[in-house]
Amino acid sequence: MNRHLISAADLSLDDALLILDTADELAAMAERPVKKLPTLRGRTVVNLFYEDSTRTRISFEAAAKRLSADVINFSAKGSSVAKGESLKDTALTLEAMGADAVVIRHSASGAPHRLASWVQGSVVNAGDGMHEHPTQALLDAFTMRRRLGRLEGLRVIIVGDVLHSRVARSNVHLLSTLGAEVTVIAPPTLLPVAVGNWPCSVGYDLDAALPKADVVMMLRVQQERMNAAYFPTVREYSRRYGLDVGRMGLLPEHAIVMHPGPMNRGVEIAAEVADSARSTIVEQVANGVSVRMAVLYLLLGGSNAGAEQS
Amino acid sequence: MHAAHDARDTNAGSPPKVVLEPAEISRALTRIAHEILERTSGARDVVLLGIPTRGVPLARRLAQRLEQVEGRPVPAGSLDVTMYRDDLRLRPARALRHTEIPPTGIEGMIVVLVDDVLYSGRTVRAALDALGDLGRPRAVQLAVLVDRGHRELPIRADYVGKNLPTSQREIVRVLLDEVDGKDAVQLGVRPPAAPSGAAGGEAHS
Repeated sequence: MNRHLISAADLSLDDALLILDTADELAAMAERPVKKLPTLRGRTVVNLFYEDSTRTRISFEAAAKRLSADVINFSAKGSSVAKGESLKDTALTLEAMGADAVVIRHSASGAPHRLASWVQGSVVNAGDGMHEHPTQALLDAFTMRRRLGRLEGLRVIIVGDVLHSRVARSNVHLLSTLGAEVTVIAPPTLLPVAVGNWPCSVGYDLDAALPKADVVMMLRVQQERMNAAYFPTVREYSRRYGLDVGRMGLLPEHAIVMHPGPMNRGVEIAAEVADSARSTIVEQVANGVSVRMAVLYLLLGGSNAGAEQS
Repeated sequence: MHAAHDARDTNAGSPPKVVLEPAEISRALTRIAHEILERTSGARDVVLLGIPTRGVPLARRLAQRLEQVEGRPVPAGSLDVTMYRDDLRLRPARALRHTEIPPTGIEGMIVVLVDDVLYSGRTVRAALDALGDLGRPRAVQLAVLVDRGHRELPIRADYVGKNLPTSQREIVRVLLDEVDGKDAVQLGVRPPAAPSGAAGGEAHS
């Protein structure tokens, strides 16, 4: 594995499987009386969050603490960033405090990549702008494998605001590495220009795709990133691309419904669907801790010199 | 048991010497099984936990023998100690192995840890720490197929298949049918280029 986890596209098949297999063993630990391992004792993990986040930050914090690492939480609000400190100066401060790993979320695509050149420790991308969110893709793949038993040949459709979604981009890259067949489905205005270069197929008709899908992943409509009119009204979007009970009925018996959260109930996903037995939304949160433990262990658990793993 | 083979005769470059044949491994395990029965009054409340990789099939084989004698199943499982090792930072992060605790659990039980080679004792220390996070056994005992000496911690085995005096330059390799396709214990010499501690594969316990 690389020293950093910046992009799901950087992961080889072996790396991805190593992370998923490690997460499998760590998930079993969550049922023990003592849910803590001594592995990262004395190591420091900094959560550097420039964007609001609940589940990702808490998930990384829980993962680091279960491995006995010291966790420092840093959010841009109420810090010297509000006084105008640059990312580089913040990075140098963290460096001076001896951070072994920095988990960063930033609204600018590429911020983790820049950070990696300034700090000695490992950098883990927890979502950068519209670029990538690799640990989310890993936990999604982990959830699919646990529910359906395999990833190879799995037909996955990713529906909704693909343009603004770092989750979609990371999932497309990771799932294609793992051998799944991915189709993204969205209104043409919500597809990135370069989607033709992604290792996936593209569709516009959700109803036609549902009967053949093993997994349907709904994306949040990211209104906070929308600076133009991408669709006429929320209701119209919801009618064509929202997953309601009727549409869920088109899915094969075994298919699962995923959502990275937070959900807009009633927009991209109906409440009945989100709370149904097919939905893995709560499971995804629990799996997130195991997957992030695996990532932190594999990045920090060994010697620094041996970061280029055989 | 046979007298210990003279390990110092093994020269660098020569093929590894076989110190235990399949029949001898089988006899050693049968003897250990009987010793466990004696010391635990019929293996009541015993859980066998093998340390991956080769401790796991050894634990299974011991469980079979205990069942043959006592006529009731003895639970066997595996305990991965990777996350508890004290040498994690000396090598790249390693893949985890499977931990499988039998449904009886370990609370109040007599846990017999099973490993192939006892060497520095550090693996066993890690296993004791791992057990502590799983529950509180009534007692913990240790069974090994080969004790090669050179302990670095105050740890000893309760059941030993064969005491094998070695020099630290030598490598003890345990091969088991379930993992390697055949049964044998071999004694070889570590290639001079290999860094100490890294060679020997699974036999660094």
